[in-house]
Amino acid sequence: MSTAAATGPGVPENMRGRIGMASLIVAEISFFAVFIVAYLFYLGKSTTGPQPGEVLKTPIAATICLLASSVTIAIALRALRAGSLGGFRAWWLATILLGAGFLFATALEWHELIHERGLTIATNLFGTTFYSLVGFHALHVTLGLCMLAFVLAASLRGRLQPADAERTEILSWYWHFVDAVWVAVFSVVYLTAR
Amino acid sequence: MNPGSPVHAIPDMFSPVSAPAEAIRQLWWLLGGISGAILLIVGGVVWWCATRFRALPGEDREPPQVYGSNQIEFAWTIVPVLIVFVLFLATARTIYDVQAMAPPADALEVTLVGHQWWWEIRYPGLGVVTANELHVPASVPGAKRPTFLTLESADVIHSFWVPQLAGKTDVVPARRNRTWVEPTETGTFLGQCAEFCGTQHANMLLRVVVDSPGDFAAWVEAQKRPAVADPLVAAGRAVFESTSCVNCHTVAGTGAKGTFGPDLTHLMSRTTIASGAADNVHAQLRAWIVDPHAIKPGALMPAMKLPDDQVDAVTAYLSTLR
Amino acid sequence: MAVLDRSLASSSPGEAVRLPVASRLHDWVVTADHKKLGLMYIASGLVFFLVAGVMASMMRIQLAFPQNDFLGPNTFNRLMTMHGTTMVFFVGMPMFFGFANYLVPLQIGARDLAFPRLNAFGFWMFLFGGLLLYFSAIGSEGLYGAGSTPDVGWFAYAPLTSRTFSRGNATDYWILGILLSSVGSTATAINLVTTVATMRCPGMTLRRMPLFVWILWVDAILVLFVLSPLTAAQVMLLFDRFLGAHFFDTQAGGSAVLWQHFFWFFGHPEVYVLILPAFAIASEVIPVFSRKPLFGYPIMVAATICIGMISMSVWVHHMFVVGLEPGANTFFAASTMAIAVPTGIKIFNWLGTMWGGRIRFRVPMLWCTAFLVEFVLAGLTGVILATVPIDWQLSDSYFVVAHFHFVLIGGLLFNIFAAIYYWFPKATGRMLDEGLGRKHFFWFVLGFNLTFLPMHVPGLLGMPRRIYTYMPGRGWDAWNLVVTAGVAVQAVGILFFLWNVISSLRGGEPAGDDPWDAWTLEWATTSPPPEYNFEEIPTVRSRRPLWDLKHPEDPDWRWE
Repeated sequence: MSTAAATGPGVPENMRGRIGMASLIVAEISFFAVFIVAYLFYLGKSTTGPQPGEVLKTPIAATICLLASSVTIAIALRALRAGSLGGFRAWWLATILLGAGFLFATALEWHELIHERGLTIATNLFGTTFYSLVGFHALHVTLGLCMLAFVLAASLRGRLQPADAERTEILSWYWHFVDAVWVAVFSVVYLTAR
Repeated sequence: MNPGSPVHAIPDMFSPVSAPAEAIRQLWWLLGGISGAILLIVGGVVWWCATRFRALPGEDREPPQVYGSNQIEFAWTIVPVLIVFVLFLATARTIYDVQAMAPPADALEVTLVGHQWWWEIRYPGLGVVTANELHVPASVPGAKRPTFLTLESADVIHSFWVPQLAGKTDVVPARRNRTWVEPTETGTFLGQCAEFCGTQHANMLLRVVVDSPGDFAAWVEAQKRPAVADPLVAAGRAVFESTSCVNCHTVAGTGAKGTFGPDLTHLMSRTTIASGAADNVHAQLRAWIVDPHAIKPGALMPAMKLPDDQVDAVTAYLSTLR
Repeated sequence: MAVLDRSLASSSPGEAVRLPVASRLHDWVVTADHKKLGLMYIASGLVFFLVAGVMASMMRIQLAFPQNDFLGPNTFNRLMTMHGTTMVFFVGMPMFFGFANYLVPLQIGARDLAFPRLNAFGFWMFLFGGLLLYFSAIGSEGLYGAGSTPDVGWFAYAPLTSRTFSRGNATDYWILGILLSSVGSTATAINLVTTVATMRCPGMTLRRMPLFVWILWVDAILVLFVLSPLTAAQVMLLFDRFLGAHFFDTQAGGSAVLWQHFFWFFGHPEVYVLILPAFAIASEVIPVFSRKPLFGYPIMVAATICIGMISMSVWVHHMFVVGLEPGANTFFAASTMAIAVPTGIKIFNWLGTMWGGRIRFRVPMLWCTAFLVEFVLAGLTGVILATVPIDWQLSDSYFVVAHFHFVLIGGLLFNIFAAIYYWFPKATGRMLDEGLGRKHFFWFVLGFNLTFLPMHVPGLLGMPRRIYTYMPGRGWDAWNLVVTAGVAVQAVGILFFLWNVISSLRGGEPAGDDPWDAWTLEWATTSPPPEYNFEEIPTVRSRRPLWDLKHPEDPDWRWE
């Protein structure tokens, strides 16, 4: 044992946050996987209506909002790394607005389903699995928006510097993950209903 | 029922009298033999290490530092792989032998419905309904006749298990499981619910009575008759039919048509009550009617709080239902 | 090397200035130190262990005789549920996290976990989850009047857990207690994964990591994959119970079998989550007391990873009697038998480590040696149960109960005892008493075998699990009496253990930094270690840095 022969495992300092976030995402993926399995398992097994094909509309606008927000958050980070705090704020705000737009579209969809179509979580197996899966995704979007808003507030108060790009990027991983879950939900719920 | 047929008191998987249970016993000896040999070998090596390589007092020198050996690792990887492969082949064969068995045309069909905490037994082809004591014919040379069971549940998950006849199969609500037995000896074989199903899981016992083909036919004939209507116990019958007994129990040919509890049409043909929790004798039957929870706490049958003379009358009435 | 300089070491215990009780307590509550949190995990695990052990003893008294009147069915079912739930979630899990917390940073030469405050969060979530579960005893309005703990079994099979069959809130306490502690466990698992990935000291490549750390790392990754499915399933059950959803509602097309798939997709890997720390401990203790490096280190790492991966594809072996297709049963029989191979390789490598050594049978090594034999038996009955047709007879019988108590006591608990005797000196600066330790070992091993060897037999004679009473004359009576007598013998062993811990804490022989002449980094610092663990972050060149230091003429790095 001598210091001269030291060969470090070569782990950069910033890996801590990345691996922590990646681990969280693994745990979250297996959480969503169970709800997706339940949705597919019960697809078409409801004993009473309505069935997905009768009431679901493909949420194109919401999907575009969420997918676009993944692009805007990447642009915002690039702006931050380049030292452009103004550009960062603008694109970050755009991300938040797109996320909020997605949530608003979901709210409209649920309002219609509940009040006009009479589909609630207690109606049938479709309602049970649909609201749980889509609802947990929406909950994750909501949590993500809270964190994005927190970062925006920090940046507006001058607390966010280009040096924080690393931490901000790790947050963006979460946002991309939420986006990827939506791609899965969209395929499983809406594409199978057509 | 043939009074000469023995009750097999110990539900022992090593004394099978039916094809699926027999197949399992053979597999057990293969597994048990290999496992015993491995246990002896590994235990012997541990013993050898513990005696041969124990440090003696004052022996401070470090032993040779050995880090491993690929040849040895390979050897003790490949040997378990081969053993496991052989065991797997034997397993797969028995799985298909038992599970893929198709019912022959003359098989007896029985539907067994699990309830909290008793068994409803229906013979759809014969029009017989009974409870807690399953009668099946012995499959004897010249009259081979397996019994195929359809398992359903009225509430939660139960499990059908009569070790001397077959391994267990769960009784799952909203699902129809199938299993089969082909007993070759007459007698009474004991089993019980094997999946935790609530308060009285422990007292959800099942008796299987294997009759000779002739005895079985006679039993079926007796079960198909309507209930005995004995004028001597009219008072008890009146009490029975005027209380909520009839909401849960059926006595064929009377106004009692409930299905929540066991069918009582031929109650006296059974040797136990309360799903095997008590013997079907007068004192126990009376005690059961007075307060089921004294015998089986948590049972879903309520204490009817009848006055003593009415209890006597109902007991007398039920005692005539042969 | 300043770190290993003995002059820094050995501030003898009891010398430190005594603070008032209130402020010492405050220190423990607000701490984010991995060592304190580790000890709190282990201590709360031991308390839950004693509570659940008392429950087991009560059930055994009830079952000592046929038709005994000691407990009624409702009490028995509650005890059975709480015993299982407690032992799995509030004893096995905190032991894993406790030892991982305490030892992983020390063994990889780090000053703490990657996220110390997240670590504290994980611990308190775990503890509050446990307390919430037990609060049900006074807080829940059960079906049978005030005060009812959960009584649906630790596996909580649907639809027994639906509102129809489980009124009151006992089942909700079961869900929420475990759900909270699972959140804590996931947080700690994230922390461990990150710590091992990023906090290793200079020179500690993955190939030089102690096998203890390797195994716990794989274990933490496994937790990430399998714990959240349980959380998801419990959320579904909660929706069923409170929002009228139909996930497991068999009246509305829901499936009772789906719950079993979800539960056992968590539940079987969970067995490996619990047993892997035992393997980790044995891989540490056996080499040190055999005075040889671990035999076949790379193969052991590979076997651990194999076990972790295969463990996620065996869950249906809990469901062989559900009535699945023969094809499914055959596949899961194959995967379950396959997992015996890497497990067997581990046993052989431990034996290979002992072979040719100079074995010192101190108390930790006694436990590990007993573990080898008991665990082989546990594994073999496991293969017997993987044989689907035999499982049709033995599933849900006392044979299974005996099997998994061999796994969890003979496998896990024996190694936890080994670990406590082995690392107690490091954590407290004092040795546990050798004589009392041997008495503890003798009584407990005797009692354990007296309890669980005979317990296989009533299962073979048709006795199902989870029954509060049984009929006389079925051939089960004598066996059950012996089993209950064995519990009393085990209790004597536990009393010796408690006495040993309490008396050694006060007046045990001072341990010094390295009482076992061991080789990993935790023995390079003082006992107990300072808050920052190492004066200077060490640098390693092999798997056994302290061996290199003690044997400069024959260092490991020449061979690796």
